[in-house]
Amino acid sequence: MLRFIVRRLLQLIPILLGLSFLLFSWLRLLPGGPAQAALGERATPEDIERYNQVFGLDQPVYVQYLKFLGRALQLDFGNSSRTGRPVTTEFLERFPGTIELTVFAMVFAIGLGIPLGYLAARRHGSWIDSSSVIASLLGVAVPVFFLAYMLRVVFAVNLGWLPGSGRQSVRIDATHITGFYVLDGVLTREWDAALDALTHLVLPGIALGTIPLAIIVRITRAAVLDVVNEDYVRTANAKGLSTSTVRSRHIVRNALLPVSTTIGLQTGLLLSGAVLTETVFAFGGVGSALKDAIDLRDYAILQGFILILAVVYVLVNLLVDVSYGLLDPRVRVR
Amino acid sequence: MSVATGDRRRERIDALAERAGQVPEGEGGVSLTRSAIRRLRRDPVAIIGAVIVVVFLVVAAFAPLLAPRDPLAQTLLGQVRQGFIPGAQDGFPLGVDQLGRDVLSRLIYGSRQSLVIGVVSTVLGSIVGMALGTLAGAFGGWVDTVVMRFVDILLSIPGLLMAISVSVLLGRNQYALLIAIAVTQVPVFARLLRGSMLAQRDSDYAVAAKALGVKRSRIVFGHVLPNSLSPVIVQGTLSLATAIIEAAALSFLGLGDPDISRPEWGAMLANAQSVLSIRPELAIYPALCIIVVALGFTLLGESLREALDPKFRR
Repeated sequence: MLRFIVRRLLQLIPILLGLSFLLFSWLRLLPGGPAQAALGERATPEDIERYNQVFGLDQPVYVQYLKFLGRALQLDFGNSSRTGRPVTTEFLERFPGTIELTVFAMVFAIGLGIPLGYLAARRHGSWIDSSSVIASLLGVAVPVFFLAYMLRVVFAVNLGWLPGSGRQSVRIDATHITGFYVLDGVLTREWDAALDALTHLVLPGIALGTIPLAIIVRITRAAVLDVVNEDYVRTANAKGLSTSTVRSRHIVRNALLPVSTTIGLQTGLLLSGAVLTETVFAFGGVGSALKDAIDLRDYAILQGFILILAVVYVLVNLLVDVSYGLLDPRVRVR
Repeated sequence: MSVATGDRRRERIDALAERAGQVPEGEGGVSLTRSAIRRLRRDPVAIIGAVIVVVFLVVAAFAPLLAPRDPLAQTLLGQVRQGFIPGAQDGFPLGVDQLGRDVLSRLIYGSRQSLVIGVVSTVLGSIVGMALGTLAGAFGGWVDTVVMRFVDILLSIPGLLMAISVSVLLGRNQYALLIAIAVTQVPVFARLLRGSMLAQRDSDYAVAAKALGVKRSRIVFGHVLPNSLSPVIVQGTLSLATAIIEAAALSFLGLGDPDISRPEWGAMLANAQSVLSIRPELAIYPALCIIVVALGFTLLGESLREALDPKFRR
């Protein structure tokens, strides 16, 4: 198992190098190059020249790339051209919000998706089955931000049941230790603050969780249908095991293998792809910061955030592979 | 040996590719295409998908004939006031938008943009992807390794982030959107075609052609490639749906086509955000169009996959 993990980690190196090179070239291909990116659109040619000298941008490209790599390893991605603060600081401030939102969305998607998928498979061909298939096809076809609009207009603006923007109400004066607002409320025993932060997660969480939900339902359904016809399930039934034992020990446990992979992949995607939902709800996580950076052409933020998010995505995928190796011994031997 | 990231995703692509060209039992006499068409005609899902797609194509092709009004004319601008947008009325079956333009005509013209975006970006993405896949699949060895490492790097960036970086790089114009979406599709097509070609390369007919002394280029382009295409066709159909949804997302982020003389569903949807509490229909109509068309391509793609997959042949 250890060898498996080490081999996987080693295979990450070329990917990460390639990624860093892509984003390094990206900033350099932009009109005006990195100087313009750092100084903003109104920089004069003299400013740019001075900047290029100070930051060694007049040196050969491979020297520049090695320096970029060195700084990136120390998590230094330059400063935001808007706030002047380090990209890493900006990222760390916003990432907890995105993680919270992702966790909420995935709990929603898994909690609803696995039972629904199981039910659809066990009632194969019934109306439950066909409607779940149709709903899961629809779930993938709906533009996420449209769903977010609608949830916000109906439940926040018109009905007023749930908050429709931000991570916490302004009237709440909460102490923040970790940056995870719900967790902070629990740690400091400010229960109203925790509850308030939690209600802020509901609408964006549901919007964000819909696509994973649709996919989890489909995969669970397909996996259960595959497993039910396996010899070992028939054997278990023939042995006279109770229905619930067959279900929990034999069907669900084996069907969950492909589902767990899907869950991991979707979690990685959500962590990196909440741009649309966060923007609609002005959530204040990494996603809405990316949208702001697009609008303001804050290239340092764009480069740094995209690089960090891609690395997070790659690492989550690695975790998925490793956990798959843990769950399914056959994977390790390959 | 594969690399760690997105392994599962890649395996799925490879498995699909491998199954594609297998000759089904008991159907030796019927060509793959003919038996696929035969099965598609019996499949209600395929028929629903095909009907949606055909209607969409007809609307896009004949938009100027079908649209009741000029999609750009601000006919009812005089009736639009702060907090009020006129709804459906005589001659304007779906009402007007916040600039007094006829919504129905804009939706009809918008189908053209969605069609162009979907087709051009998918064709572009699949051509580049297929070129890379053919290169890797035909030569193997170090060419394969280099090309596939590059593809793996592209696969390791989440699609939307990739599209954002490309369109920021290219600036705001109509081509940026197309290229951005195409780039996200390149790795999938490359991997799919390579896997499919590897499976075909060892098949009896390819080995036979090699033994006869046929040139490698002829084996690749005359035998292996044509037989490896079915997963690519399926993926192409499905990609049309994702391209249309992704274009809407980029429009929403302010990275869409800046030319307002071309109505586009994603832009209509994005523009409706500011008037959502007054007239939510302005968002609902274009969203429905996107959903229905995306669903149509998805249904068609999924049933094509089943029709072309020997595992499902009966």
